[in-house]
Amino acid sequence: MAEPVIHARDLGRRYGGRWALGRVDLDLEPGERLLLMGQNGGGKTTLLRVLSTLVAPSRGVLRIFGLDPAREPNRIRRRLALLSHLPSLYEDLSGPDNLQVVARLLGRPGDPTPWLERVGLEPRPDPVHTYSAGMRKRLSFARLLLKEPDLALIDEPYGQLDPAGHAMVDALLRDMAERGTTVIVASHLVDRACVLCGRALLLHEGLPRWSGPSDRAPRAWSAFHAEAPASGGAA
Amino acid sequence: MRLLLALVRKDLLVGWRGRARLVGLSTYAVTLLLLFSFALGPDSTTLHEHAPAYAWVAILSASTLLLAQSFQQEVEGGALEGLLLLPVSPTAMFYAKALANLLLLLFLALVLLPVSVVLFGLRPAGSPVALAGVLALGGAGLVAPGTLYAALTARVKAQQVLLPVLLFPLVVPPLLAAVKATSLLLEGDPMHQVGTWVGLLATFDVLYWSLCGVLFGRVVEE
Repeated sequence: MAEPVIHARDLGRRYGGRWALGRVDLDLEPGERLLLMGQNGGGKTTLLRVLSTLVAPSRGVLRIFGLDPAREPNRIRRRLALLSHLPSLYEDLSGPDNLQVVARLLGRPGDPTPWLERVGLEPRPDPVHTYSAGMRKRLSFARLLLKEPDLALIDEPYGQLDPAGHAMVDALLRDMAERGTTVIVASHLVDRACVLCGRALLLHEGLPRWSGPSDRAPRAWSAFHAEAPASGGAA
Repeated sequence: MRLLLALVRKDLLVGWRGRARLVGLSTYAVTLLLLFSFALGPDSTTLHEHAPAYAWVAILSASTLLLAQSFQQEVEGGALEGLLLLPVSPTAMFYAKALANLLLLLFLALVLLPVSVVLFGLRPAGSPVALAGVLALGGAGLVAPGTLYAALTARVKAQQVLLPVLLFPLVVPPLLAAVKATSLLLEGDPMHQVGTWVGLLATFDVLYWSLCGVLFGRVVEE
């Protein structure tokens, strides 16, 4: 049996006196796709940052690709990519320049045009600070694809994109699934994202509130909103 | 080494594409030199005596802005996190950033040198190669701790204030040695003292480049 890509038990993260994440148990097999749901501040981004190894957990057990992130972060980082709220781009460089920088650092220099075309961008020489928010998002996606990760952590993939961009994200997520990439997507567009994922996890105030197959996620999400849960916080 | 060169290339490319900022910094440093020369008055002896000190203070002052900008770009759009996840080792990141900052600082010094010669009426007595060496060693003494502290303060709102407050005390020894060595090269060195100051400068460079390289990982990683 293949080693799980992610194995987490009682995972938690505290900022000061406040637990932003707690009691998360998660096992993800290679090629699985998980949808993370939750309100703003629900813990989705914190979970993605912990899984990316950028933020250390405050408690619990975490193994990624069978490795301990505290001991071997770089071996894990080589195989994962994170698309976060921040675009991870250099504002004064053009889109092609940004991708070339990443490609050179990965030791795979080459023409970035195919990667730009995959996200619907042209290889224009204009600096990124002249791009619209949607174009930056597309470029960030190209940056993620360029790395060809085994594990993709994607925070709000549809944010700032127009309907054509939404369709592009759907196609890219399908493509990643076909390639066997393990994907975790955090999104508020549950109806859209659940179609592309196999499982779903609902976080509220840092705590797992519901988990199950993604085809049941829209109903769970609606029920969660109808309940309008009171604040509690992870502990 | 391939990674280091790719990082230096990236930092220089970012510097080149944002060259308007470098032009602004050069203008700022030249203006400082102008103000110093006006404040000293027309006495040529006084101008000669103080020229190296004022030139280095102008370099130091402009360098704090340069260093702050160099990390602002990394932090604002999350580029630093992107590098860490590639993954790029913080040590390579530090040495690349410090090298790129040193090259940009030397460019600044190249602009300031002819201005100083004209404003302060200097006639350099030492060899230009030795002077370039002192500029490089002095610049290295500023950028190593400067790069570390720029990373440390990059997420702080009051970075423009905090960076010089932290940095200036630390760079007093290399700054003093650089001023003395520059002064001896410009005005003559009958007692052959320049070697001692250059040795002191090199010692601090080795110390700062080693120590800051080790500490940098703790600054950029959580």
